[in-house]
This record gives sequence, structure tokens and C-alpha cells, in this order.
Amino acid sequence: MKEMNWFERTIRKILSNRGFLSLLATFIAIIIGLIIGLVIMLIAKPQNAFAGIEYLFGRWLSTATPTRIGTWLHYSTSLIVLGLSVAFAFKTGLFNIGATGQYTVGLFAALYVGMAWTGLGQFQWLVGILIAGLAGAFWGFFPGFFKSRFKVHEVISSIMFNYIGMYLVNFLITNVRNGSGELMLFDSSFGRTFVVPSSSYVPTTFFGIDLRAIFPGSDIDIGFIIAILLALLVFFILYKTKFGFELRACGYNRHAAQYSGVNENRSITLSMIISGALAGIGGGLFILASRAGNVGNIYKTVDVLLPEGFNGISVALLALSHPIGIILAGLFISFIQRGGFFMQTLIKNEIADVIVAFIIYASAISLIFQTRISNWLLKQRTEKKKEPKT
Amino acid sequence: MNWLDIVILMLNAMFLFTTPLLITAIGGMFSEKSGVVNIALEGIMIFGSFCSILFISTMQNAFPNINPTLLLVLAIFVAVIAGVILSTLLAFSAVNLKANQVIGGTAINLMAAPIVIFTARMINPNGVRTIQFSNNFNISKVPLLGDIPIIGEIFFQNTTLLTYVSIFIVILAVIIIYKTRFGLRLSSVGEHPGAADSVGINVYKMRWSGVLISGALAGLGGLAFTIASSVSFEGRVDGYGFLALAVMIFGQWKPLRILLASLFFGFMSALAYKYQLIPGLEAFSLSYLIKSLPYVATIVALIMTSKKTRVPKASGTPYDQGSR
Repeated sequence: MKEMNWFERTIRKILSNRGFLSLLATFIAIIIGLIIGLVIMLIAKPQNAFAGIEYLFGRWLSTATPTRIGTWLHYSTSLIVLGLSVAFAFKTGLFNIGATGQYTVGLFAALYVGMAWTGLGQFQWLVGILIAGLAGAFWGFFPGFFKSRFKVHEVISSIMFNYIGMYLVNFLITNVRNGSGELMLFDSSFGRTFVVPSSSYVPTTFFGIDLRAIFPGSDIDIGFIIAILLALLVFFILYKTKFGFELRACGYNRHAAQYSGVNENRSITLSMIISGALAGIGGGLFILASRAGNVGNIYKTVDVLLPEGFNGISVALLALSHPIGIILAGLFISFIQRGGFFMQTLIKNEIADVIVAFIIYASAISLIFQTRISNWLLKQRTEKKKEPKT
Repeated sequence: MNWLDIVILMLNAMFLFTTPLLITAIGGMFSEKSGVVNIALEGIMIFGSFCSILFISTMQNAFPNINPTLLLVLAIFVAVIAGVILSTLLAFSAVNLKANQVIGGTAINLMAAPIVIFTARMINPNGVRTIQFSNNFNISKVPLLGDIPIIGEIFFQNTTLLTYVSIFIVILAVIIIYKTRFGLRLSSVGEHPGAADSVGINVYKMRWSGVLISGALAGLGGLAFTIASSVSFEGRVDGYGFLALAVMIFGQWKPLRILLASLFFGFMSALAYKYQLIPGLEAFSLSYLIKSLPYVATIVALIMTSKKTRVPKASGTPYDQGSR
């Protein structure tokens, strides 16, 4: 075999780096998704298609930039937290498709605290979000327990708990009454809950730093910072603790993990509880967020699952479940969705979700190319080792 | 209304809701028999429902006097073709590229709803997502058979053509799975693809067939769902694709047991949608809890059947000829 020059060697070295390969695969997936999106836009509205792509790529940021950046960061908050929720379960080999149900249950819990526990003063939002996390954990417990105890597949059971949770929340909202027998949460004239009072909103200043001063007029609050901190916490738990190592061992090969003394059933249940807690916190951060004009501080009792949990799946898949990657993936998907929001006059904003879905499909496929490249490299290396003997 | 009328009305509703579950669950069975988990049933139902309802709506506007039966037969073909088209995405990723089947299926679920809502909003002049159609496919009474007392009222009144199509599909599925060379080969590919390959069965072709059949049936199931539940298409099928998966598991991947399981879930759905018919349950405040019945029943059923599951052994595992 002829001697490789330095260029070839460097290329090979870079190509055999797993992290680089994952990034490359994700990048290719994003390009494929955007091309498919462009084709769909060309079919649907040829005169606006290229302007649409420009908008998605960030032309929406060219006016009112600080405000729009702040609002973009705000909307990526729930995507990041839900992405963490799904990814945490993924790392244990579980597919928590029930994040949207845990999110809804958490949202309800925070809504209740925000309306009822007014005596807590400036800690009301914090208690609300903690209770939301507990409610989400409670809702994530069931699929995890059923999986470990009865071997019921978590995909089916957690989907069922999505619907059960949604109907239960609708039932509670339309039935919880205060001492004098009036509906406490439900505003029957609008078919939705009352607006959560602003005294229970998540603050906008973080240790003296006023986020609204940096991004004036935007919807940002410290929920975004909490999301980043949660990502770091999840990274720490998964990669720096024995507990996290056990969870990941279950995800890689649960038989081997069990053989080496990991309690698999305990790991499955705990993983779903933590995953649910994260999703619940996401719900709390959303309903108690301080937005301009109180948009989103209400819950509509329609029989439709909230889309946020499914976006969380997209985030986790795009980031290949890495906690730090999830921050980037959440920001990216939120970026596309905000672009879709601002280009509604050009083309209907569902195109953003279509593009994201195709990116996820492409990244599911591109994992295969990734393994093929590394297999090919491995083969080359073993052949090279064999060669001197012959 | 006396109690017999109520029972008959509930049974009519039960058959209406059994139909989409049964058709889709049989579809899921074909896919899993070949070794591919089809979690995309929900998305395929949405897509099949959208295409066929759009077709029905367009035809009803163009030809106001069109015969409903003829239109429904044509719509069945549209739904089947739509389902097959979307399921090619799953077959390609799961069979050829050996991608994770659950992730590939989830990606299809994620894309189905936005694609149909986007298309509906682009087509509708006022930009709404709903597609209206006149739901005149109800057969109030089948001639002769409908006149039989009680039995005629239960099975041959207030029904749709699709209910009979679904029974036909079950019979066909029994014959195909147990009595034909294709069906036996399909099952063998899902149990042990390596062994099947070694005796000359083309595993990839078999899995493609399984997934495409499931796509065709899920598309049809989507049409059946919308006709059973509504007079408009709203871009969702309320988790019936996932319920169908549960029906398939509860039915232990056997067509006749799937029929029984779908009747059980169909009854739960009938309760959820038509509970107002039953005296004492009309109260508004309970409605949300009753609506969650099919989903609670699924959990209970899955816990009950989990101990002795008959899942095809290779279901969910990509087949790689090189690692045989």
C-alpha cells in the first residue's frame, strides 16, 4: 500500500472522529430537509418560495433584531426542556413519546398554583414550576413502572397517557370549584382557562441582570437560563455520576448492564420519572412565562394534544440525545419555527414543521451513512495492519 | 327510547368505530409479521384520510348528484394509494437503509399532520385547515337483511359499506396469512429472517410487501375514522393509529383475535363518543373522563396480555444480509 500524504491522513483522522461524523450527518440532514421544503414551496407558491427560504434563513431577524432574538430564545425554552426530557429517556433505551402528556399535566399543576396559591409572594412561580415537575414525574412514572413491572412497551403506554392526561386536565379545569362553588379555573364564556395572574410569572431579572434590558420588548424571561442550566445538569447526571452511567449502560445493552449488577427495572422507572419531571417543568415554564400581552398564559380545553412534546422528540433526535447538542437543536428548530411565524404572509407557517419533520427523517437515515463511513474506515485500517505480513 | 333501542344504537356506533381500528390493526399486523414495527400507522391514517376526504369533497362540489356508494368506492382507492405512497418512506428507511424503525416511523408521524394542514390551508381560499364534506355514506337499511328483527337492526341498519369491507379484509387476512405461500413466507421473515433468507426467500421484498400492505390498510382506516366520527377533516385521527397498534398487540398478531380486540375497543370508543345516549351519563362534567375510556382500557388490556406475548421474534430488528 502506498504511503498516504499528510492531507489524506488528516482527512481520514477527521472522518474517523465520531463527533465530527455526527455533526456532518446532522448537517447533511438539515440540507436535505431544507431542499425538500424548498421543493414543496416551489410547488405550492412558486413566486414566494425563494423569499420563504430567505426568511427561514434569518431574514426575519433583520428588523427589530434584539426583540426578535429575545422572543426566539424564549420560544426555544420549552423546546430545549422537552428535548432534554425525551433525550434522558433515550439514553436509557426508552422512547418517551409521552412527553406531551407530562408537559400538559405539569402545565396544569403550575396553572393551579399560579391561580390558587397567591399567598406565596415572590416564590409562587418557583413553587409552581417545582410542583409542575412533580406532576410531570408522576405522569412519567406510570409508563416506566408498567414497562419494568409488566413489560408493557413504553411507546404505546406513554401515548395512551398523553390522551388520559389531556382529558384529565380538561376534566379538572372544567370542574375545580372554589369555596363558594364557582368555577375557579375555567372561563366558560371563552371556553378556556382564566389568564394566570402576572404576580406568579417567571421573573425577567437573573441575579441583577435584566434580560428585558438586553432584549427590549421581547418575551424573554429567566426560563431560558433555567433551560440551559437544566441541560448542564442533565449532562452532569448522565456523564459524571454513577447513576447516569448505569442508566446509559441500560441504554447500550441492558442484558450486559443487568449482568454487571445494574438494577434494570429501577433504572427504567427512575429514568421515566426524571424524563417526566423535565417535561413537567417545561409545561410550568410555558404557562407561567412573562410574555408581552399574556399570550399563552391560558389553556384551551380542546381535545387536541399539545404539539410541544412532539417538537421535543424532534429536538432530541436531531441532537442525537446529547444534552449540549439539545441546546443547539432547540435553538435551531425554534429559529425555523419563528421564521415560519414571520413569513405567514408569504406562505403558510406549517411549512416550518414540514421541513423539521423531513430533517428528522433525513437524520434517521443519515445515521446509517455515518456507520457505513466508520465501518469502511475500520476495514481500511485492519487491511493496512494485515499488509506487512503478506 | 326503551333500553333495546339504546343497546341497538350503541352497537351500531360500536361497529362504526370498530371499522377503522380493525382495518388499521390488520395493516399493522401485516407489517409486524414481516418484521417491521409500523409506528407510523397514525401518520398514514391522517394522510389517507386527508387525501380521500379531499377527493370526496372535490367530487361532491363538482358533481352534486353523484351516487354516494360509487363515490365511497372511489375514495377507498384514493385512501389506499395515499397510504401506500406514505408507507414507502418507512419501507425505504427501515428495510433498505436499516434505520431504527421506531424513529423512522416517528418522523413520518411528525410530517403527516403538518403536510396535510399546510396543503389544506393552501387549498382553502380562507386559509382554514378544515375540509368539509357531506357525510351521506350511512346505509340506513340493507334491503331484505335489514328487515330481520333485532339481528337486522344490529348488523344491517345504520351502517356503512366500510364495515362490510373491514369484515372482508379480516377474512382475506386469515386466508393470506395461514393458507398462502406469500403469507407463510411473510411470517417466516418476521420470525427468523436469516433462516428464511437461507432457503431463498427475499427478505427485503417480503418486508416491503408487509409495510406497503400496512400502508394501504392504514390509509383506508383513516378514511373509515373520519367517516365514523365527523363531517369534516381536521388534520387528526385522535390517536387511533396508536390504538390500532394496541388492538394488534391485544389481538396477539392473529386476525380473528384482532377482530375481537377491535370490537372491545370499538365499544369503548362508542361509549366515549355516544355516551349521551345512555340515561344517567348525559352530565357534561363527566364527558372528558368518559372520552379517556378507550385509552385507559388500552393500558389495562396491555397489562393483562403482557405476560404471554406472541410478538414476531424479529419484529423491530433491521435485517442485514451481511451479518447472517
